[in-house]
Amino acid sequence: MTTLYTSDHEWLRIEGDVATIGITDYAQSQLGDVVFVELPKVGRSLKKAEAAAVVESVKAASDVYAPITGEVVEVNEALAAEPALVNSDAGGKAWFFKLRIADKGELGGLMDEAAYAAHTA
Amino acid sequence: MLAHETSQLKQTPLHALHLARGAKMVPFAGYDMPVQYTAGVLKEHLHTRGSAGLFDVSHMGQLVLRAKSGKVGDAALALEKLMPQDIVGIAPGRQRYAQFTNSDGGLLDDLMVANFGDHLFLVVNAACKAEDEAHLRANLSDSCEIIPLADRALIALQGPKAEQALAKLCADAGSMKFMDAGPRRVADIDCFVSRSGYTGEDGFEISVPAGKAEALVTALLDNPDVLPIGLGARDSLRLEAGLCLYGHDIDTTTTPVEGALEWSVQKVRRGGGARAGGFPGADKVLAQFADGATRRRVGLRPDGRAPVREGAALFADATSAEPIGKVTSGGFGPSLNAPVAMGYLPTALSAVGTTVFAEVRGQRLPLKVAATPFVPNTYKR
Repeated sequence: MTTLYTSDHEWLRIEGDVATIGITDYAQSQLGDVVFVELPKVGRSLKKAEAAAVVESVKAASDVYAPITGEVVEVNEALAAEPALVNSDAGGKAWFFKLRIADKGELGGLMDEAAYAAHTA
Repeated sequence: MLAHETSQLKQTPLHALHLARGAKMVPFAGYDMPVQYTAGVLKEHLHTRGSAGLFDVSHMGQLVLRAKSGKVGDAALALEKLMPQDIVGIAPGRQRYAQFTNSDGGLLDDLMVANFGDHLFLVVNAACKAEDEAHLRANLSDSCEIIPLADRALIALQGPKAEQALAKLCADAGSMKFMDAGPRRVADIDCFVSRSGYTGEDGFEISVPAGKAEALVTALLDNPDVLPIGLGARDSLRLEAGLCLYGHDIDTTTTPVEGALEWSVQKVRRGGGARAGGFPGADKVLAQFADGATRRRVGLRPDGRAPVREGAALFADATSAEPIGKVTSGGFGPSLNAPVAMGYLPTALSAVGTTVFAEVRGQRLPLKVAATPFVPNTYKR
């Protein structure tokens, strides 16, 4: 299992041809208290860099972009009931959605943990 | 994330204190201001409603208006030429909410006017203060001195424990009622104190000489009940309280009647009153008092969990093409644990309980017109 990162502060956990996607702990700390999450519909085809989800704090709404192209195969319904999970466990229980990866070649443009740590330093 | 340009921004006398307390600073009305501290907007909001919050609002403008005759009543009569409020009727030691109008009856700014016995004391919005001062000079210089108090800070102490916290430093705090205002000694400093605020909570606003501001705030923050609160929670608190944000919910295109601010225009200035009219745009505003306006500011409660934010277009139903209004303030209300908004609707659709739709990210979300304040206020009347 590999974890990759984007410069927009999303993480991707790759298992076979499925990527689980969430936002990083750094991202949640910048957003502040999350009060609402809007997730894509299962079955939707997302293009890389397309707005896929929305995460809202008291003050503002932020888009979460599809880090790669793929089809949504599962979304985390728990976030609708408990948006604050994003603050308490951004890298774990607060995953947003899972994509069936269309082109594994796109993964090559993403950062590994060390590169992401340097990006946010 | 780009660092914002700070070199052009002004600083309040409490700037160093904000940085020392871990504030996240943002540009606001030309000032580098704390949007939140380490607790975050949600906790700061709830702390203010549950205990006491301290806000730096030193960016706001403070002005003295003094009649050349020496009589405060002459300053009050002069000011009534620029606003639809009864200023003559403000008793010494009292304060009132007011608005400057333009010739169309639109609002140039909203402000507080206090009678300090021999002069009036005005608190105006930061973004409007230069224009307000120029407006006063252009219209009232023949009869009044206009003195901006640039060397003072302004802080607000808000919440159910505000009285207790201020009483430790100011013997008179407990005896003041909502909208009482005047000079008071606080922590052995000569201040101007009013029992008022912008949160819907009981509380105080304290004008303090700039050089003493940090000492006063430090003394208040030594009380564990009091936390510093940023502009983020200030906005969510005032929104839940149904209070207008100038430049958003009211502006030069909205009249007091359209803005649902009729309560702030006393009968003596309305049609048939002893000093009816006589302010810019009076013809239009008084006609709206008589006949109503075509649109009205309302409170809005989204049915779902998604916040509906400023700028969202409002529609009569889920499919109609033409918008009927728009949201002017919107976000999440932490005390309600639900989204809340304000906006303008045709008066015919402004009754409490009416369902309208907002367009958010291409979807039509239902909202209901709701009474404001969304959270009951706790003023000590």
